[in-house]
Amino acid sequence: MQRLIKFFLLFAFLALPFMQAAQADELSTFVEQLKEKSTSKKIKTIRAIGAIGASGSERAAPVLEAYLGGKLFQKKTDGTIVIIVKGGEGLLLSDPYSGKSLGTSPKNKYKKIRVNNRLRGVIRSVLGGLQLQHRDRLKRLEAAASMFKSHNPKSIPALQEALKAETDEDVKTRMGEALAAAQLSSTDASAQLSAIKVLEARGDKTALTLLQAAMQKGASTEVKSQAEGAVRRIKKSLAYWEIGQTIFYGLSLGSVLLLAAIGLAITFGVMGVINMAHGEMIMIGAYTTFVVQEVIRTSAPALFDVSLLIALPLAFIIAGSIGVAIERGIIRFLYGRPLETLLATWGISLVLQQAVRSIFGPTNQEVGNPSWMSGSFEVGQLIITNNRLWIMVFALAVLFTLMAVLKYTSFGLRMRAVTQNRAMAGSMGIRTGWVDALTFGLGSGVAGIAGVALSQIDNVSPNLGQAYIVDSFMVVVFGGVGNLWGTLVGAVSLGVLNKFLEPAVGAVLGKILVLVLIILFIQKRPRGLFAQKGRAVEQ
Amino acid sequence: MRNSFLIKTLDKNSVLFLTLLAIIAVIVPVANLVMPPQSPFHLSTYWVVLLGKYLCYALLALSVDLVWGYAGILTLGHGAFFALGGYAMGMYLMRQIGARGVYGNPDLPDFMVFLNWSELPWFWSGFDMFPFAMLMVLFVPGLLAFAFGWFAFRSRVTGVYLSIITQALTYALMLAFFRNNMGFGGNNGLTDFKDILGFNLQSDATRSGLFVATVVALMLAFLISRAIIKSRFGKVLIGVRDAESRTRFLGYRVENYKLFVWTISAMIAGVAGALYVPQVGIINPSEFAPANSIETVIWVAVGGRGTLIGAAFGAVLVNFAKTWFTGALPELWLFALGALFIFTTIFLPKGILGLLARKPKKPRKSKSGKQPDQQSTQPAE
Amino acid sequence: MELAHGSVLYLDGVTVSFDGFRALNELSFIVEPGEMRAIIGPNGAGKTTMMDVITGKTTPDHGDIFFNGEIDLTKLDEADIAQLGIGRKFQKPTVFESQSVFDNLELSLKDDRRVFPVLFSTLSNKQNQRIDELLETIRLTGQRHELAANLSHGQKQWLEIGMLLAQEPKLLLVDEPAAGMTDAETAETAILLKEIAKTKAVVVVEHDMVFVRDLDVKVSVLHEGSILAEGNMDEVSNDERVIEVYLGR
Repeated sequence: MQRLIKFFLLFAFLALPFMQAAQADELSTFVEQLKEKSTSKKIKTIRAIGAIGASGSERAAPVLEAYLGGKLFQKKTDGTIVIIVKGGEGLLLSDPYSGKSLGTSPKNKYKKIRVNNRLRGVIRSVLGGLQLQHRDRLKRLEAAASMFKSHNPKSIPALQEALKAETDEDVKTRMGEALAAAQLSSTDASAQLSAIKVLEARGDKTALTLLQAAMQKGASTEVKSQAEGAVRRIKKSLAYWEIGQTIFYGLSLGSVLLLAAIGLAITFGVMGVINMAHGEMIMIGAYTTFVVQEVIRTSAPALFDVSLLIALPLAFIIAGSIGVAIERGIIRFLYGRPLETLLATWGISLVLQQAVRSIFGPTNQEVGNPSWMSGSFEVGQLIITNNRLWIMVFALAVLFTLMAVLKYTSFGLRMRAVTQNRAMAGSMGIRTGWVDALTFGLGSGVAGIAGVALSQIDNVSPNLGQAYIVDSFMVVVFGGVGNLWGTLVGAVSLGVLNKFLEPAVGAVLGKILVLVLIILFIQKRPRGLFAQKGRAVEQ
Repeated sequence: MRNSFLIKTLDKNSVLFLTLLAIIAVIVPVANLVMPPQSPFHLSTYWVVLLGKYLCYALLALSVDLVWGYAGILTLGHGAFFALGGYAMGMYLMRQIGARGVYGNPDLPDFMVFLNWSELPWFWSGFDMFPFAMLMVLFVPGLLAFAFGWFAFRSRVTGVYLSIITQALTYALMLAFFRNNMGFGGNNGLTDFKDILGFNLQSDATRSGLFVATVVALMLAFLISRAIIKSRFGKVLIGVRDAESRTRFLGYRVENYKLFVWTISAMIAGVAGALYVPQVGIINPSEFAPANSIETVIWVAVGGRGTLIGAAFGAVLVNFAKTWFTGALPELWLFALGALFIFTTIFLPKGILGLLARKPKKPRKSKSGKQPDQQSTQPAE
Repeated sequence: MELAHGSVLYLDGVTVSFDGFRALNELSFIVEPGEMRAIIGPNGAGKTTMMDVITGKTTPDHGDIFFNGEIDLTKLDEADIAQLGIGRKFQKPTVFESQSVFDNLELSLKDDRRVFPVLFSTLSNKQNQRIDELLETIRLTGQRHELAANLSHGQKQWLEIGMLLAQEPKLLLVDEPAAGMTDAETAETAILLKEIAKTKAVVVVEHDMVFVRDLDVKVSVLHEGSILAEGNMDEVSNDERVIEVYLGR
C-alpha cells in the first residue's frame, strides 16, 4: 500500500484525471487506451502512459518497456493486446498482464501498436520514475542518469521520494544530482541555489551546460551570480581535467611509439644496425594475431578472449626467426657499412610487404578486440579506454622485461660484451656471430610482439610497418642511441608533445612540427637526449 | 690547363656519354615526328614520353650521385627537391590554364574555386610568368637544401643520422602537401595542364620538345657536375667522403663544402622535377613519399656510385625494368626491386659500371671488418 | 697569459672529462719555438685527448690553450686551427685512399681554403715544384700517381707527414709516427722528424722507447691526464714515479 501511495505522488501530474480509477484491473483499462486512434490520441495516450506508471502494478514496467520497444501488438480480429517477441520459428506471444506465454502465432494476425518519438520520451521518463525504486541497483543508477539528462522539474517529487528510501551512497549522489538538475530547471529560487552547489560538486560538462543555462534565466539575480561563480570554477577545474586527458592521450601515443621503437632500440641502438625492415617485423606480428584469431574463430570461438596471449609468443618466435634469418643471410655481410645495410634492409622490407600482400591481399584485415580490451571507465572527469590502458601497461612490461634480460641473463651479458668489445668477447670464447644473430632476432621478436598490441588499435594491412618506421627512428635517435631509458623518455615526451600540439594546430601540422623539432634537436644534439659521451662514440 | 676548365674534365667515357645523349636527342624526335606511323623506324609518342620520364629520373639520379657518390651524404630525401621543382613548374602550368578550367575562373585554379577561395594566395603570384617560375624551380629546392644543410652540416650530423633526417624532411613535406589549406591542391595535387609557353602539351611536337629539353638538361648537369668533381673542390669533397676529419685538420671547412654541393644537387633535382611534370601531366604529394627517394638511391647503386654516368644509366635501367614488370608481372615487381636492393649492396658494391671497368680496383680490405670505425679504409661507406 | 708570451704552445690547467672520467686533469706544459717535444705515457693517459683539445676537436671543460702566445685555441674549431698553422698526424695513418699521392699533397698545400677559390683554383708552377720537393722529402717520387690506398703502411705514414709539411705549419702534432713500422723505417722516420724540427716546433706522442731515445729531445711523461715528469730520456727513465706507472715495477 505504501508503494501505491508513493506512485500516486510520483505521477500525480500525469495521472490526475485517472486517480479515481486506480483499481486492481486498471492496468488493462489504461493499456487498452493505448490502442485508440482518435484525433486526441496523443494527449490521451500520454495520460494513459502516466496512468500505467501510476497503477502500481508489477507489470507496469514490462508493458511500458514492450511498448517502447515496439513489441506491443493487438490482434486484428478482436483487439486483444499481447507482447510479441520474435522466436526461433515464428512469433512468441505473451500476456501483458500476467507475463504468461501464449504460445506462438503467424505474424499477419497481429498489428503493432504504434509509438512515436514524443511518446517514447514520455515512456522513458515514466519508466525512469518506476525504475527509481527498482530492486536492482544498476537500474536505479540508470534511472537517475536518465532523469538527470531530462532534468524535468516535474520529476522532483519522484526523486525526493526515491532519495528518502535510498540507502546506497553512489545512487544517492546520482539521484541528488538528478534532483538538482531538475530543481535548477524549476522556478524556485531557493531550490535553484542548493542545486547549484550540488551541480558544482559534480563538475562535469553537462553540469556546466545546466549551470550556464541557469546563468541566463535563473529565478533571481542571486541565482544568476551564484551560477556564474560555479560556472567559472567548473570551467577552471575542467581545464585541469582536460590537461590530464591530453596527458593520458599523450602517454597512450607515447606507449604506442615506445612499442614500435623498442625493437629498434635493440637492433639500431645496441647493435648499430639500421634495420629499415623493422616496421615489417611489427606488421608480421600483427598478421600473426590475425591468423591466430582466424583459427580461433573457426575452430574454438571460446578461446577468443585469450587470442592475444596465444599470439604473443607466436609473434615473437615468427618475427624473431625471420630476424635471425635476415641477420645470418644478409646483414652480417654488411657490418661496418651502415649505409649499405640501410639499403639492403629496405629491400627486405619491400620483399616482406609484397609477400604479405600476395598471401593476404592488399586490404585491411579484421582483427578483433577481446572483451577485456574494449570498453572504458572514468576517473573523475578522465575517460580511460581499456585498450589504451592495456597497451601502456604492456609497453612498459615489454621494456622492463627487456632491460632485465639485458642485465641479468647470461645472454644479455654476452650481448653487452660483444657490443662493447667484439674482439675481446670473441677471444673469451663467445661466439660473436651467434650473439649478433640472436640479438637481432631479439629485436625483431620484440617488434613482432609490438605488432600484436598495435593490431588492436591500427589497421592491419601490408603498409602497417611503413607508418611506424620514421616515428620509431625518431624516438630512438631522440632518446639517445643505445639507451633503453632514453627510448622510454623519448617515446613518452614525443607522444605527449604531439597530443598537446594537436588541438592547437591540427593533427597533421602537429606531426610536422614535431618532426621539424626533432630535426632541429638532432642537429643540436646529434646523439640524442641521453647521449653516451666519451671518446669511444666519436669514432 | 687553365683556359680549358670544362674540356679538361672530359675523359673518354664522358665524351661517349655526351655523344650518346646528343644522338638520342636527334633520333627520338625524328623517329616520332618525321617517320610515318607505318614505318619500322617510327617511335610512338608513348615511348617518347616514357623515355623523357626515364631521363628525368636519370637527372635526379645524377644529383643524388653528386652528393652520395662524391661527398658521402646518403640522401633519402632528394625526392623532396624533385617534387618541389615539379610543384614550381606545376604552378606555372596551372596558371597557364587560365579560364579554360572546369569552373572557368581566369585567376584561380580549379581546386581553389572548389575550396571557395576568393583570391590567389601570395605564394602563387608571379607563377604566371615563365622566367619567374623557372627561377623558382632552382630557388625553392636550393633554398630548402641550403637551410637544411646549413643546420645539418654545421652541427656535424653525418652518416645514418643524416640519412634518417633527410627521410624525415621529405616525410614532413609529404604530410604538409597533403593538406588542402597548404594551397597546392592537397591530395590531388596539380593536374589538367593545357599548355606550356603557348604550346599544347598534348601535341607530339611539344612532347618531343620537352624530351630534347630533358636531354639537354641532363648533358648540362653532367658537364657542371664533372667540372665540380674534377676541380680541386671535387678532390676535397672526395677527401671529405673518405676521411672527413683529415680534411678538417688540413684546414678545410667541411660543412661549407658539403653545403655547396648539397645545394647544387638539390637544384639539379628541382630541374629534373620541373621537366618531369609537364611530361607526365601531374604532380601530387606522393612524389614526396620517402619510398621514392630511397628508390632513387638504388638506381645510383645499381649503375655505379660515384661515376655520374652510372647513376644515369642505373636510373634508366631500373625504370625500364619497372615498366616491364608492372606491365607483365605486377605482383613480382616489389620482389624484384627488393632483391635488387639486397643483391646490389652485397654483390655489386661498385654497381654495373664498376663491374665493367677494365682495370679492377683493389679488392675490399678485409672480411672481418666489423668495426664501424673503418671509415678511412672503406671509401664505399 | 704572461707566461704564454714567446711560446709556441701553452697549456695551463686544461681539464676534460667524459661522463665523470677525467681524461685530462689540470694538464699544463709549454712548447718553445723550434722545440721538439716527446710525450710518452701508458694507454689511457690522455695523449689523444690532449691532441684533440689542441686541434679543436674537443673543447676543454676549463683551462687555457694559447698558440704563439696570444691566440686562444679553445675558441676555434679544427679548420681555423689548421689554418693557423697547426698540423696533426693521426695515430692510424689517415690519407685520402682513393686519390693519388700527388692529389693528397695538392689538397694539403698551403692555399686559400674557401669554397669558391678552391672551386676555381689551378696549380701554379711554384706549387707543382713544391709538390715535387715534398715527394722527394718523403721518398715517394716514384709513387706520385699511385693511389694512396696502394701504399705500404710506412709509406702512408710518410705521405701523411708530407701532407703536414705541405701545410707549412708552425707546429706539428705527431701521434705515434713509428707505429707499425719496420726498424729501418722507424730509424728513417726519426731522421725525418729531426730534419723537420729544425724549422718547426714538433710534439711527438710515442710508445716506442727506442724511437724516443733516437729523437733525443725533452720528454714529458703523461699519466692520468697530467704531466708526471719532464726532462731528457735518461732523467725520466730514472724517475721513481715514472718507473712505477709506466716502465714497469
